[in-house]
Amino acid sequence: MKAAPFDYVRVSCFEEMQEIFAAHGDDAQVIAGGQSLIPAMAMRMARPSVLLDIAGLPGLSGIEDTGDAIRIGAMARYVDLRESALLATHVPLIRDAVALIAHEAIRSRGTIGGNLAHADPASEMPAVVQALDARIDIRGPEGQRSVPAAEFFLGTYAVDLAPGEIIVSVTVPKAPAGRLSGIQEFVRRSGDYASAGGAFVLDVENGRIAAARLACFGVCDRAVLAEQAAATLVGQELAALDPEPAVKALASEIEPTADLHNGPATKRHLIGVLTKRLLADMVSRSGKAHG
Amino acid sequence: MLKRNDARADKSNFVGKTVPRENARRLSQGRGRYVDDIAFRNLAHVAFVRSPHAHARILSIDTQAARAVPGVIDVITGQDIRSMCQPWVGVLGHFPGLKSAEQYPLAVDVARWHGEPVAVVLAESRALAEDGADLIEVEWEALPSVVDPETALESDAHVIHPELGDNLAFRLDLEKGEVDAAFASAAHIAEGTFHFGRHTGLTLEPRSIVADFDPALRQLTVHHSTQTPFQMQDVFARHFGLEEGSVRVIAPDVGGSFGLKLHVYGEEMAACALSIRHGRPVKFIADRLEAFQTDIHARDHRVKARMAVSAEGEILAMEVDDLTGIGPFSVYPRTSAVEGNQAIRLMGGPYRMPSYRGRLQVVFQNKTPMCQYRAVGHPVACAVTEGLVDQAAHALGIDPLEMRRRNVVTQDMYPHTSPTGYVFERLSHEECHARLAEMMNYERLRREQAEARERGVYRGIGFATFIEITNPGPAFYGVGGARISAQDGCVMKMEPSGDIRVMVSVTEQGQGTETIMAQIAATHLGVPLERVRVYTGDTQTSPYGGATWASRGAGIGGVAVMKTAEALKENLLTVAATILQAQPGELDISAGAVVSRASGEERMPLSELGRIAYFRPDTLPAGFHAELTAARHYVPQGYPFAFTNGVQASHLEVDIETGQVRLLDHWVVEDCGRIINPLLVDEQIRGGVVQGLGGALFEECLYSPEGQLLCGTMADYLTPMAAEMPDIHVGHVETPTETSPLGAKGVGEAGTAAAPAAVMNAINDALSPFGASVSRMPFTPERVLRALGKV
Repeated sequence: MKAAPFDYVRVSCFEEMQEIFAAHGDDAQVIAGGQSLIPAMAMRMARPSVLLDIAGLPGLSGIEDTGDAIRIGAMARYVDLRESALLATHVPLIRDAVALIAHEAIRSRGTIGGNLAHADPASEMPAVVQALDARIDIRGPEGQRSVPAAEFFLGTYAVDLAPGEIIVSVTVPKAPAGRLSGIQEFVRRSGDYASAGGAFVLDVENGRIAAARLACFGVCDRAVLAEQAAATLVGQELAALDPEPAVKALASEIEPTADLHNGPATKRHLIGVLTKRLLADMVSRSGKAHG
Repeated sequence: MLKRNDARADKSNFVGKTVPRENARRLSQGRGRYVDDIAFRNLAHVAFVRSPHAHARILSIDTQAARAVPGVIDVITGQDIRSMCQPWVGVLGHFPGLKSAEQYPLAVDVARWHGEPVAVVLAESRALAEDGADLIEVEWEALPSVVDPETALESDAHVIHPELGDNLAFRLDLEKGEVDAAFASAAHIAEGTFHFGRHTGLTLEPRSIVADFDPALRQLTVHHSTQTPFQMQDVFARHFGLEEGSVRVIAPDVGGSFGLKLHVYGEEMAACALSIRHGRPVKFIADRLEAFQTDIHARDHRVKARMAVSAEGEILAMEVDDLTGIGPFSVYPRTSAVEGNQAIRLMGGPYRMPSYRGRLQVVFQNKTPMCQYRAVGHPVACAVTEGLVDQAAHALGIDPLEMRRRNVVTQDMYPHTSPTGYVFERLSHEECHARLAEMMNYERLRREQAEARERGVYRGIGFATFIEITNPGPAFYGVGGARISAQDGCVMKMEPSGDIRVMVSVTEQGQGTETIMAQIAATHLGVPLERVRVYTGDTQTSPYGGATWASRGAGIGGVAVMKTAEALKENLLTVAATILQAQPGELDISAGAVVSRASGEERMPLSELGRIAYFRPDTLPAGFHAELTAARHYVPQGYPFAFTNGVQASHLEVDIETGQVRLLDHWVVEDCGRIINPLLVDEQIRGGVVQGLGGALFEECLYSPEGQLLCGTMADYLTPMAAEMPDIHVGHVETPTETSPLGAKGVGEAGTAAAPAAVMNAINDALSPFGASVSRMPFTPERVLRALGKV
């Protein structure tokens, strides 16, 4: 289990990075935290001829307040997300999600940008950024662009990144007053990839749900927003929330894909159970917060 | 107040005391010395090209490009290796009819499992060897594969070894008593089909070897992560045409074995072959993917079984049909018949059941070879028996623990012979059951279970009575023609300092063998524990013996050490009596000194005895020679095995919406005879239980229908982790075996034997309000949901 031969380059500016991409094309691969790429290389399933370390690029680190949003540098590690007071105040869903991600060693090295670019269908963050309606900030040879998270994930390990493009940051709107958020997942063992997971956001005004975003992970070929299920929640009174229409809509709008241990029928069933439990948990927590 | 000599004697009695494992501190501080830690000059490394198919003919292998890689030393294919190594066949004479095919270290012409090595690259580093292996082009012709054992014997099944005629490796039929009459007269018949998924041993330290052939001496020195140095010395000598005395096998620190490090593997043999060919040390360390593909797998049984019971719950008979898939070969040299043989003979073992019919079919298939792993056959027999006992108890309205009490072999029946021919010297089922009910507060637990159900919380309580085969005698392998020793030996010397050095043929893999042996030596010699050092695992310096497997280390090796300590003590007292002008019978050794037997008064420290005996023998009478080293050997006699027994209970909660099982508590009451070190016995039990829980809930080597191994990493293959494990409460009953002066039986496998059965019964107890049950291990959430009809 030794990686195939490769060159390693640590770049210090975008121009240098573009030169390497221009010279090597797809054979150059960006390394961030390396938590997925390095094992894949060790098994020779990934064989980049050049490993491009972007840790020295300017502007990829840090978590900062931009007014109505929080900008998270792509190289921010999970532990950075967990420790961030800004996120705890303005986007608590991210901190809640980090607690579910793998194990401490991985949380200490894995980065949000690397995670989103890798786009594992059972990973938490691709669902979280969709639930939060975040934007993925991208920089490449054609300059900068920004994509809504809901449009970024194209399939298993497939994202909207052109050759030479990298994620530079994730911009997450600050939670408005009256927002409820929650994340849950079913795992065989703590730290495992989810058999089914959900990251939900409900915006409540005057006791009624004004907007809902339900993102599911570990169920389909990618993290997905269940828009029809979310629509059944809008307008409902929070205290008397009936999850059944959402469960029913969810079951018909998603197309589950099997993993090694769970078939599509199991996934469909589990995400229904999870939806009920997570909504009930969010309602109950809101009651406690106000009561 | 203790009298002085009592206090002294207490200081020398370590048997039965909790003593920390001597090597734990060293290993936990990173000072272990495993095969991979040892530096060699001029070391070369191997990497293998493996079959990507479950079954395929090798049409050609192009090694040209690999040979051209700088740093690649050699490339060898299956055809090449035929002239470098004698082939082997995994059969033994005491399994009549067992068949298998010739095997070489690399597949020749046909590859028969996904991951089988077909070529090997020798290079200056492992990475370069892998670079070379990458460039080897193999032209394959895919062949039909036999994956599901159920299809292996069908008339249109592809025969994996045409020269063997069919895919049936071994068949065994057992019958005793009036089986048909028992079923005809039964008040109830419990019936079921049980599946046991494949799992594997997953040692923390993977299989490791450095073979170093010295052409000048024709001497092969092998550092090997093995349980059985002498068995491997014999294998290497015979298959490479070397004198046995010219092969030295050294097992340094070994990081877990669980039965998987005593089989012959092609990779290790290829490393030896290349070292002999090139006259330089060659290293192979299995990576995790290689471990999943080539370490022996375990279980893979489909058992159809039924049990006849009377209206009072008396077990009248069992009828069992076990089909087990062993991969394409019976593994050498112990064979893959042992697992099935034990499974089929252990059925119903704890109970008085008079009649039994068992049929075992062991079949070839295109998967990784299956062979002995911790608790060989036991979890299968235990789960089938205990599952049927629970079904019968439920049908008859008898409490499951009471059902077991009514059927176990009782104290007045020993020695007792099971219908399958196992002989039990003395077991303690009734005492163990009583102790368990008390430890787990059974009645309260049942009340709480009922209360929880009212709240929609589904908890289950499951029991599993077990017996365990330990201390096997010569009938186990030697009688079948295997050069695997049933005896163990010990050499013990006193050094001038009075320190004791013990060389023993049983080996250490992290379980504490060396500590146990030191406790026995210190106790029977009368010296402080810290004055004793134990050395194991080197064929050049250890006495010859069978080593560590089948829960035999303490029970057999321990007696060899005890007898040697007694012999050395006698020698030392003779020397002391000569020096002190006393009779040996007037003296004793205690706390490291020669003392007066009557008063306990110290007469001379052993260091003084050593000084005189080693450096001033001129002061001793003419013609007197101090014997300061002793050696003894021991082989168990009288019974083929020393059976142990016990009972386990599992308490768990099933989330009936998700199918997830949460383990709440686990209890074990076991009887391994005389306990030498309670801490290490409890650790063995707990570790064994965790491996049993792994097989019951998490671990499975998954294959595609075509025979592709789907789990090659620790992310896919789910091992039990601490967070999911329950508290494991351990209680003991001690019934020393009278067949050995030490009275100790084995304990290494008891935890694994019964934990899966207890969990299965607990899940089914939890699911009983829904009329649902599971019998296919591992019990994944999906399988539980299917049983509940939710998916």
